[in-house]
Amino acid sequence: MKNPLMLTTWSPYVVGAGIGILSWVTFAWMGKALGTSTTMARTAGVLTGLVAPDHVYGNAYYQKYLGTAAEPKAWFEWQFALVIMMIIGALVAAKLARSTFVEHVPELWTWRFGPSKWKRYLVAFVGGIVLLFGARLAGGCTSGHGISGGMQLAVSSWVFFLAMFASGVVTAFLMFGAKGRSHV
Amino acid sequence: MFENFFAGWEPVLMGAGIGLVFGFLLQKAAVTRYQTILGQFLFKDFTVLKVMLTAIVVGGIGIYAMRAMNPDMKMHIKNAALLGNVVGGLIFGVGMAILGYCPGTGTAALGDGSRHVIPGLLGMIVGAGVYAEVYPFIKDGLLKIGVITVDETSKVSLPQLTHLSPWWFLAALTVIAVVVFLIIERAERRSKAKPADSV
Repeated sequence: MKNPLMLTTWSPYVVGAGIGILSWVTFAWMGKALGTSTTMARTAGVLTGLVAPDHVYGNAYYQKYLGTAAEPKAWFEWQFALVIMMIIGALVAAKLARSTFVEHVPELWTWRFGPSKWKRYLVAFVGGIVLLFGARLAGGCTSGHGISGGMQLAVSSWVFFLAMFASGVVTAFLMFGAKGRSHV
Repeated sequence: MFENFFAGWEPVLMGAGIGLVFGFLLQKAAVTRYQTILGQFLFKDFTVLKVMLTAIVVGGIGIYAMRAMNPDMKMHIKNAALLGNVVGGLIFGVGMAILGYCPGTGTAALGDGSRHVIPGLLGMIVGAGVYAEVYPFIKDGLLKIGVITVDETSKVSLPQLTHLSPWWFLAALTVIAVVVFLIIERAERRSKAKPADSV
């Protein structure tokens, strides 16, 4: 039997169960819930703080995560390390499977909007802005709200999950139409 | 910015270990791929739903079991400020369909070989910064609309709201998940049996 770590893909049910168990570990050992998008807010605050620290420490939102000038909070904390190591985890998984996958423009995108790299990069940048603005307004993203909040049966998270799924479906169909289905 | 910025080795190393496994798992399910995420929104590929629902059911059973053994265990529920949750969710869905990743899968996608996620990740940091600048103007307005409070907290769970046992919800979720998975698997077997569409 082939080493399972070297397989290209695992069953989504196995991965889902693994993420569920990883959540137990995070709860039990760390007293935390899995999440990622708060780190994006911390990073934005730290980068802004490099040029305008007074502004950051005076902002009510950054204060929640970075504290104040008198009492700064540590920003290189568990979730910051988690997000950085997610990159490495995925890299290790890809390399073990001998993946040579490199993607500048996805196939579905090329079919609909053409092969231009810079067009795709620009839209990806805008998409990232919209994505994180929404996440912070809602209070979390797919991991913090969707998975961690969903399993805690949080009212806010189930509301978020249904809203984001519905709008994702509508947006995807507006962008690619039913014909896009044969390109994914 | 660099005064007391480091939280200490213990939480950082534990977070790093959990992140390593999390990123590994996401790549193995191929949810680090744009095509998989868009495939879900276009109802062609149900990998995302399978991963998420399984994680929620397995995670939920374990967490409520731990809580049954230790009622003092802290929960990590986010505020039910429904207008913010709904509007934020709707905006998030638009961003996710445009970018093709969410923050977690996008981060992992960088390790998996996606290059177009790099401007996406930069955009995410900008988007978080934009929100921080907007926050002072909405914190006493929009974010106070539709707030649900039970026992003086807005970090409300469905069991608290309904006074039902969490096990009813977890049992219902398990049944829903199994039924949904059976329907999806059956439909997938059928579409595989048919010859490929010629478009």
